[in-house]
Amino acid sequence: MSDVRDAGFDDWLDALEAGDPYYLECPEGHGSLPPRRVCPECGATDLEQRPLPDAGELETFTITHVPTPAFEDDAPYATAVADFGPVRVTGQVVGIDLEEVETGQTVEPDVITSETDGERVVAFRPR
Amino acid sequence: MSDVRVAGVGLTSFGNVPERTGRDLFAEASIEAFDDSGVPRDDVEAVLYGNFMGELSEHQGHQGPLMAEAAGVDAPATRYESACASGGMAVREAVKRVRNGENDVLLVGGTERMTNLGTGGATEALAIAADDLWEVRAGMTFPGAYALMAKAYFEEFGGEHEDLAHVAVKNHENAVPNEKAQYRSEIDVADVLEAPQVASPLGLYDSCPISDGAAALVITSESYAEEHDLDAPVAITGSGQGGDRMALQDREYLARSPAARAAGEEAYADADVTADDVDFAEVHDCFTIAEVLALEALDLESTGEGIAAARDGRTTADGDHPINLSGGLKAKGHPVGATGVSQVAEVTSLLRGDHANSDHVADATTALTHNAGGTVASAVVHVLEVVA
Repeated sequence: MSDVRDAGFDDWLDALEAGDPYYLECPEGHGSLPPRRVCPECGATDLEQRPLPDAGELETFTITHVPTPAFEDDAPYATAVADFGPVRVTGQVVGIDLEEVETGQTVEPDVITSETDGERVVAFRPR
Repeated sequence: MSDVRVAGVGLTSFGNVPERTGRDLFAEASIEAFDDSGVPRDDVEAVLYGNFMGELSEHQGHQGPLMAEAAGVDAPATRYESACASGGMAVREAVKRVRNGENDVLLVGGTERMTNLGTGGATEALAIAADDLWEVRAGMTFPGAYALMAKAYFEEFGGEHEDLAHVAVKNHENAVPNEKAQYRSEIDVADVLEAPQVASPLGLYDSCPISDGAAALVITSESYAEEHDLDAPVAITGSGQGGDRMALQDREYLARSPAARAAGEEAYADADVTADDVDFAEVHDCFTIAEVLALEALDLESTGEGIAAARDGRTTADGDHPINLSGGLKAKGHPVGATGVSQVAEVTSLLRGDHANSDHVADATTALTHNAGGTVASAVVHVLEVVA
């Protein structure tokens, strides 16, 4: 991975690490995630940052046994899509045995670092 | 509007030949397609070519002209990229060009060299079809993405891994007589359920293999076929394309494929047929759950019922509507850029009666191909019919 930041995305991870995560909202109330200039739902261009709800719900998950090389030392791990209301987010479920991950679990977003290459990864911690 | 005829088809064997270059694979497929068509190379007006990961596997971009040259064709050439739907998109472009009168003779093809990357490298290369920032960096793999959809499907509609196992068993069985298929061995449900996990609930036998291979078609206008007295009884009579948001997290549905539904509806309307008219189909079964989602999106099965189609025998070789008689991506193999083209080649052979599995669809006149990119953020569907 390059040392050059991905503007928007890395800023979002910074905010999440600082405990101040956000999503983008258009005047019609559609949620989305950065980097984004245009609402993918309606085309509005005046997107505002809004606080991401504190908790989301695991909507679906998988235990990944065969990873890409970037996660070689991390596998097996749980990859999930969590619903935060205005947006869904993809991340790894941490702080719980893999056998105990379930859909419907309430989770809080966090940032962890990959064991393989130290890159930042979106994570979910069950409450 | 002129019928778009499939005048010739060519396929390499799909499989594990890491040392073979993309250009060599495509040359072989093109030779077979030209031989099958009776069309001289000099008549080809353009080459339309699908490829996905050439930069990663062969350090080779700009593959259009390279592949035209490999096929011995002196004509303008363009590469189409839409992840695993790259080949199908090249076919769709050919249909448009013939219909609008721009071209009468086209070489359409696709190639992928993958196994030289190894399992990790190929997994990484396939993952670039997903949203890099929001999915891949969270550790999502391609099998992982389809596993997320499978889990969501089970939650919404019911079903279990054993139902999916029947899809794999069926497609392996279909591949046995297909000389071009990568896996020509039967498996049983227990094999699927006991195989190593890739991304739960999907295991090794729920996943298509990593494959090298190429496919080629000689496509002509109806008038060219008639003037040159070609033996080209099969036409592409419908074409459709659909799209969806890139990342699963941004989709309205996690267990449905609106892009495939849109592509199917457009293709059915274009051909003036309905799902009921489809005698058999080749659908994009990169993972067992993908076949289920495709059947439902194409109205070949009702929503929530596709999961039982293989188990209950509706989609087996002698079922109501056989699916993936070639063996599908699952058992025939999935050299990504070649897949959409190879589906059209297989369906053409099945309709002409010269395929190893043609006897299962001896009276068939109408069939369908469904080729999907990524987690179905892009989809392309074609209807093929016997017209002569």
